[in-house]
Amino acid sequence: MLKQIEGSHAVAEAVALCRPEVISAYPITPQTHIVEDLGSMVKSGEIANCEFLLVESEFGALSACIGSSAAGARSYTATSSQGMLFMMEAVYNASGMGLPIVMTVGNRAIGAPINIWNDWGDSMSARDAGWIQLFVESNQQAVDVHIQAFRLAEQLSLPVMVCMDGFVLTHSYSQVDIPDQKQVDAFLPTFEPRQLLDPASPVSMGAMVGPDAFTEVRYLAHHKQMEALELIPEQAAEFETLFGRDSGGLVKSFDCEGAETVVVTMGSVIGTMKHVLAEMRDEGISIGALTVRSFRPFPKETLRDLLKDAKRVIVFEKCLAVGMGGILAMNLRMALKDFPIRVHSAIGGLGGRPRPITRANLRRMFEKGIRDEMEEPHFHDIHMDIVERELEREQAQRRSGSIAENILQDVGVVAAAKTI
Amino acid sequence: MNPIPEQPRPKDYKSDVKPVWCPGCGDFGVLNAITKALASLRLPPEQVALISGIGCSSRVPAYTSLYGFHGIHGRALAVGAGLKAARPDLNVLVAGGDGDGFSIGGNHFLHACRRNMNMTYIVMDNEVYGMTKGQASPTTAPDWTQSKLTPSGTLSRAFQPAAIALAAGATFIARAFSGKPNTLAQLIVLAMQHPGFAFIQVLSPCPTFRPEQKEWKNIVRPFPADELPTSDPALAALHCQRDDGMSTGVIYVEARPVWSRSEMEKTTIEDIEQEFRS
Repeated sequence: MLKQIEGSHAVAEAVALCRPEVISAYPITPQTHIVEDLGSMVKSGEIANCEFLLVESEFGALSACIGSSAAGARSYTATSSQGMLFMMEAVYNASGMGLPIVMTVGNRAIGAPINIWNDWGDSMSARDAGWIQLFVESNQQAVDVHIQAFRLAEQLSLPVMVCMDGFVLTHSYSQVDIPDQKQVDAFLPTFEPRQLLDPASPVSMGAMVGPDAFTEVRYLAHHKQMEALELIPEQAAEFETLFGRDSGGLVKSFDCEGAETVVVTMGSVIGTMKHVLAEMRDEGISIGALTVRSFRPFPKETLRDLLKDAKRVIVFEKCLAVGMGGILAMNLRMALKDFPIRVHSAIGGLGGRPRPITRANLRRMFEKGIRDEMEEPHFHDIHMDIVERELEREQAQRRSGSIAENILQDVGVVAAAKTI
Repeated sequence: MNPIPEQPRPKDYKSDVKPVWCPGCGDFGVLNAITKALASLRLPPEQVALISGIGCSSRVPAYTSLYGFHGIHGRALAVGAGLKAARPDLNVLVAGGDGDGFSIGGNHFLHACRRNMNMTYIVMDNEVYGMTKGQASPTTAPDWTQSKLTPSGTLSRAFQPAAIALAAGATFIARAFSGKPNTLAQLIVLAMQHPGFAFIQVLSPCPTFRPEQKEWKNIVRPFPADELPTSDPALAALHCQRDDGMSTGVIYVEARPVWSRSEMEKTTIEDIEQEFRS
């Protein structure tokens, strides 16, 4: 049914259709509306047979899901930013123990400095944690990918993170087609756990594994993700047949075949990019785009196939590996290492900048990339004068103070503290 | 170092940053009480550090001219402990809300009470998570169903900060009301003069998400003056448990050695063995 709803509400409706049995919740912006709406649905009876737990922290939220999933219950939670960092030990535990939890991440920057706006710092901090990470571009995809996520998680016995841009998607209202229960039931079978706390067949979970077996366990974690590379497109195809929509999968091409320049990105920014690229193509510029929808596992072969004829790639990402550069760019360079393709790395959207990402500022960036004039890495919409003034302050005196506070004062967001 | 004015005024301890709290928020009263207390103690701002976590009330350092530290959600007491260990000469105030202190940071609360470092912990308790827009906190009554995250009420007993502080070993425990900033200021002075870990639970209404708390001003009353404060933990426990949580004043004061580097150095293995034998 078509609805004009908030992204968070759309996700809550999708999760509800997946018949969750345990939901644990702890509020953190910008994910809070999702779990709040789920709480309301449990109260109204719209979600039946579900325990809803308000816990004392994000660490508690994911740990509760670990317990309930181990007991064979379909389990769900959501988080953002600092919440993801705080639950990190449980993040590794959930995947290490092979528990098929689904967690939404309302992508938000991580601090310090504290910042509530959107970038991918939170999900990226868990990129090697053994979870499947699926990025969505729109609220429709958020709905569709959550439904696929439960099936994928349970089939592989692995947790899945659905990553959606905080505020840009979680708080925006758009038209979303919410499937009906019958359709979802036909696609998503009852949870049949691979392992279960069952008194009839007692097991102890969380065994200590020493050097004699640890490597094999880790290898199998990697192997499972490689299996997911097969499974994700199969499921997306089946989903398309049943629901009539192309949603999910490993990657999505936006006229990238045959283009000289291909922009590679993830998440919602493609929504604006599509229009800029169409405009540029109309002017005769050979440019297309591609989004990586499955970041973990990373679809190396699919990307090689799609990009083999490109002359250059401009990777745009809302995250930074400090001391290295672009994370998606790094992964892509590795995938394309033996191809004569120039890979430019552009980093933007950090902590919500620029607000908004516009057609004009994207176009300026693409044109710089096409001229092969990008710095390595290129920081989109950075104000170098502010950076230079701070470097001068550091040069001028040893005790120059905190960078974040200095810059706030420099740009005039806060006045200097008053002293008596 | 700035010279201390002869008669510092509370506003000398405020910054130029205007609080973003909602109109009617109890935290304004707490900010006023902190600055009044510091003025009456005539403490130069650079001798006071105010550490907070995350939440509406944890914004308080920005509104003062003290050393401020707006830290990690729930970790204010741990950050404060580190600061106090490195700079025992500083007066350390730790402030935050019931969410920051009792749920995500609950573990640190217990251990800060045990450790008995010389610092003051002010919790602005409004029985709700305000910054994330109105969810139940550990101190929320079990029958509160206004939050979408507690569809059937909290299904949990409300956390009792004073009783827990007592059980965990805090050596100064008080409860106050933000609507009486002068009384609260006096309590903060006592807490800061107390050698050891001083805990003040401040009932600080949230008019936005708990409008019914506007009634608190008509409900709060002092503890019976003839019985409290006490240094008898059993009597303090009795009052904590009999009370409905709305009585105010100093509950418990104990003289116990304060955690300090020099104290630790003085303790020998023989002392510890002696403690086990006795």
